[in-house]
Amino acid sequence: MRGHTAELEFLSPTTLDDALEHFARGAACSKPARAFAGGTDLMVQLGARPVDVSQGPFVNLSCLAELKTIDVREDAVVLGALTTYAQACAHPVVAAEFPALCLAARATGAPAIQNRGTFAGNIANSSPAADSPPVLMALDASYELTSARGRRFVHADAFHLGYKKTELAPDELLTRIFIPRRNSLETEWRMGYRKVGTRRAQAISKVAFAGALRTRGGMIIDVRLCYASIAPVPLRVRAVENFLRGKPTSASGTGATETDAQAAVALLRSLLCPIDDVRSTADYRKEIACRLLADFLLSESEERSPT
Amino acid sequence: MQVTQKARVAREGTEVGRDATRKEGAAKLRGEARYVDDVRLPNMIFGVTVRSQVPRGRLCGLTFPQDAGIPWEEFVVVTAADIPGRNAVPLLVDDQPFLAFNIVAHREEPLCLLAHANRALLERARDAVIAHIEPLPAVLTLDEALSGNEIISGSNNDLKSILMEKGDVEGAFSKAGSDPSLTLVEGSYETEAQEQLYIETNGMIASADASTGDVTVQGSMQCPYYIHGALMAAFGFQPGAEDSRARVIQCETGGGFGGKEEYPSLLAVHAALLARKAGRPVKMIYDRGEDMAATTKRHPSRTKHRTLVDGDGKLVAMDVEFWLDGGAYATLSAVVLSRGSLHASGPYECPNVRIRSRALATSHPPHGAFRGFGAPQSLFAIERHMDVVAKACALTPQELRQRNVLRRGSTTASGQKIKEDVALDVLMRMAHEDIRFDERAREYAAHNASPAGLRTRKGLGAATFFHGAGFTGSGEKNLASVAAVDIAPCGSLRILVASTEMGQGAHTILAQMAADAADTEVDAAFVATPDTAHVPDSGPTVASRTTMIVGGLVEKAARALRAELDAGGFLSAGTHADADSFRKAALAAAAQRNVAPEALRQECQYVPPSGLIWDDKTYRGDAYPTFAWACYAAAVSVDLLTYEVTVEAFSAVQDIGKVINPLFAAGQVEGGVVQAIGYALSEKVAWKNGVMSNARLTNYIIPTALDVPRISVRFFEHPKGTPEAQTPKGIGELPMDGVAPALAGALEDALGVSFTRIPILPEDIFQALQAKGNTP
Amino acid sequence: MNNTLKFRVNGDDVEVAVPPMARLLDVLRETLGLTGTKEGCGEGECGACSVLVDGVLVNSCLVPVAQVQGGEVLTIEGVALHGAGAGAGAAATPPALHPIQSAFLQCGGAQCGICTPGMVMATVAFLQDSQKGTVTEESIREALSGNLCRCTGYVKIVDAVLAASQGAKP
Repeated sequence: MRGHTAELEFLSPTTLDDALEHFARGAACSKPARAFAGGTDLMVQLGARPVDVSQGPFVNLSCLAELKTIDVREDAVVLGALTTYAQACAHPVVAAEFPALCLAARATGAPAIQNRGTFAGNIANSSPAADSPPVLMALDASYELTSARGRRFVHADAFHLGYKKTELAPDELLTRIFIPRRNSLETEWRMGYRKVGTRRAQAISKVAFAGALRTRGGMIIDVRLCYASIAPVPLRVRAVENFLRGKPTSASGTGATETDAQAAVALLRSLLCPIDDVRSTADYRKEIACRLLADFLLSESEERSPT
Repeated sequence: MQVTQKARVAREGTEVGRDATRKEGAAKLRGEARYVDDVRLPNMIFGVTVRSQVPRGRLCGLTFPQDAGIPWEEFVVVTAADIPGRNAVPLLVDDQPFLAFNIVAHREEPLCLLAHANRALLERARDAVIAHIEPLPAVLTLDEALSGNEIISGSNNDLKSILMEKGDVEGAFSKAGSDPSLTLVEGSYETEAQEQLYIETNGMIASADASTGDVTVQGSMQCPYYIHGALMAAFGFQPGAEDSRARVIQCETGGGFGGKEEYPSLLAVHAALLARKAGRPVKMIYDRGEDMAATTKRHPSRTKHRTLVDGDGKLVAMDVEFWLDGGAYATLSAVVLSRGSLHASGPYECPNVRIRSRALATSHPPHGAFRGFGAPQSLFAIERHMDVVAKACALTPQELRQRNVLRRGSTTASGQKIKEDVALDVLMRMAHEDIRFDERAREYAAHNASPAGLRTRKGLGAATFFHGAGFTGSGEKNLASVAAVDIAPCGSLRILVASTEMGQGAHTILAQMAADAADTEVDAAFVATPDTAHVPDSGPTVASRTTMIVGGLVEKAARALRAELDAGGFLSAGTHADADSFRKAALAAAAQRNVAPEALRQECQYVPPSGLIWDDKTYRGDAYPTFAWACYAAAVSVDLLTYEVTVEAFSAVQDIGKVINPLFAAGQVEGGVVQAIGYALSEKVAWKNGVMSNARLTNYIIPTALDVPRISVRFFEHPKGTPEAQTPKGIGELPMDGVAPALAGALEDALGVSFTRIPILPEDIFQALQAKGNTP
Repeated sequence: MNNTLKFRVNGDDVEVAVPPMARLLDVLRETLGLTGTKEGCGEGECGACSVLVDGVLVNSCLVPVAQVQGGEVLTIEGVALHGAGAGAGAAATPPALHPIQSAFLQCGGAQCGICTPGMVMATVAFLQDSQKGTVTEESIREALSGNLCRCTGYVKIVDAVLAASQGAKP
């Protein structure tokens, strides 16, 4: 039973202010407008069932030049909401400084999807299986939410509130993504990323992991551990992070000791309760999530490739 | 004596054996080939099917609610009451209604049909129809069907049962306890459903003549005359006298794999019912979800083996039970069960064999034809079982097979004496050489023992198998199909058959064969669009019979036509005619006789070869005129962190007799192997309340280009001049058979744990290893 | 609810009055009669509907037509026109196959043909962005990973793309 998107209202404002006006108006009459970027998620959702024409209009963002830029600042790289996966991967600074983000981008769909799909759309659509949120959370990114009322910033890990529920108010638009650059004091950050999908391309994750670990003077001083597809939201496991912070590093200095890694995994195991669905089983997800953590904590290499 | 896939075995002046260019290839590459969804008829509207949504029940009525905002008066609505003829799809057993009228037997059962010009509105209307169905208990698994707690077909849920016996199985097993040289090995093996997943979904366009009520259907199909028969039945046309009242035309068909064998009859009748009632052409195209959920899939199966083997590793007795989940209606299950049974003891000789088979009714949408037709299921079981037997006998899998394979003079389980030269041992050697089996085995052993073996484990497996060519038993004899050739207005030899092109290359291959028979160039021969108004019934396009059987008929007819041109002096006998000369000669012959070129027509009907004896009652005799033989070898690597499997290498070596078009033959094998890799490693139909719950390409995982290796394909060539070298045996189904057991064997080799069920997903590997203590 | 939209398709200016959220796929096939672009799944998985928009490969089933306003669309029907030997202008004979199409024909890269237009478009996109001599089997498989084929097992498609990559750059 398919949906016919042609029946839906589609507004194409040419300035951000006009777009925000649409969102404000929609929110006011409780028929919220919905943002439309690359369409790679929305068109699939809308095509799966007869469409609901009583809902608010879609606001096409593709004419908003101000959302198409990638700004490299001293302290951060700022991705405009319309940055596609392909554009990010092709950007020399993004590719050099955030290889894990590029791995996640290249693991999303296939080239035609990467040419259209945007990070902002992937985030705002808020699928628990989305590929980019865990990496952005591990990178300590923040999102700029803009409305006619003004703008505010939300940390990536605070954005997802529940299954398909986010911080975005009905009149707000996710306009930019700020990814902090590692400054000279933070060279000890190590990133890891791995997606375990249903196949090597055109895959939705069964479980995906993004980790960031910072060591100094033989001690783990900071760590961020994030997952997709094991909870109703993209998940950051703070309890495990808290356990690891302050622990000594392994002899190689790149990760945790065997004992601490095992304890971290045991803690993670006690926290996770993933589900069975058509893509995988709860048991498998839990086990693999634990193994990906152990692998990351005990790894002596840099970024891991997705498969 | 072998050709690699790249080799071109051009024989001077002949078309067969050459990589002739695909006839419709350029049109496909330009996007000009017309598939059914590309056709638009004047005044055409669209049709959809309303389905049951419950797995089993009694249909009490349909409501078209007035408060749903649907302008029902604008819709054409067809229910069972609108069927003028018989409300039953004509097949082996006429048990499946075109539209339900009493019992709803599965979740996707068609209840009524709607047509409207506005497709968006049509979807909303389909959603709004309320079906009043009193639920009845459903039978949702093979075990539930076997239990007989709920009887939904016959007296014991059997749609069909078969007993095959050779020698004295009971007698042989009674010695098992007393004779210490005998080893008893038991095993149980399962296969899941598989979706054909042709990339073009099912679709039909029907139109009806307002004054006569005659119907014409065009669409995506394998078997135009099956559909013709279905239309005749549904509209109550008199067979023979009124054959022309139903006309079926094949559009370019975007893949079939069996999925467009019997199913399209239902859809074609649906479209025709709507078109006749609407008085306008109606197009029905299934969307992907509907196609996956509602149409036929490969039968799930379970096979139990009990095998007695002696101290020399020779098979003494085989007792096999083979069960298929047939789904809610009989469709082709009886024939699928038949082929599965006839392959259940594998390409091995054993003096005492018993095969007891049942196809059981369940509340699943009916399962049906799919490339291999029962053989992939039973061959998975026997090939996995042979690996188990080998272990029990302390033989390598290869040694056990070498000792038992069928050879010339052997008799099969049905008592068929093998009269052809069988080179299975050579095929096994070729496959092993091709994949560098021994070398890899050493590499892999070293790898698995090294620190790298803590991250990935590697293994090798192989399967030896056969596939009966063409129809089983008396199928061809009963069909008595006809092929014809005539001359087209341009002078070319026109081949008139109902055999369809669906990607396998049939229309190019038939032209190659006809060209050789008429001693001309392939450019001077082509296959006419299959249209029941113009082509004879050459039978269904299935079972690899197009090249084998229909090709032979076309050759004979073309030879006769050429002889006529020679006799008239338009060409000289024994002289190769280039395409231009052939066309000129053919047109001159027509002109001289003062007839239209198409009057130069030659027909040929199938005559069964002498010496083939088959008894359908006892399942004894010559089950197939000949067999294709093969050995496939696989190399895999398993990521021990995630249990993701990489197929590192795959070699497919086969004896398919005469290779008509080496490029196409290799393409068939490569495609079949990849489809079977999906069957083995990723394609899982997730059943939920009687229906496929993952009916989307996102969640039903077929391989992408990144998921499979380059498949290595080699064909064995018999010595020139031997009968084996001159007989084509069919290639389409074979590659589906041996892939899953080879991969399962390779996984066992890598991980040290046995896999008896496909698909084998990373989750299954995890579970199997966990059960064993989590270490490979 | 129709909008008037202008864009270019295969080098020609077109103007259509269609709902802005109609799928580009439907506008190509139904409004413009360009049925070479196929639908296999309607959810961006199979790639049968692949076309190029402003030189970039997209799934036309996921693109609302309003998003190509002012843009340039290349479909399978326009590929031969842009190939070697094109431009003769003889309306009676179709333009010669593009080298990529010829390679598919010679190598056996098309079987049932329903994925073929999408495969060719993905190949056009891949080879236009590839340096000659850098194309490998692995890079081809990655470039075509969004285009499902159920007939060929991909071997002959990969062969065709390799062959095309070694020929004259279009």
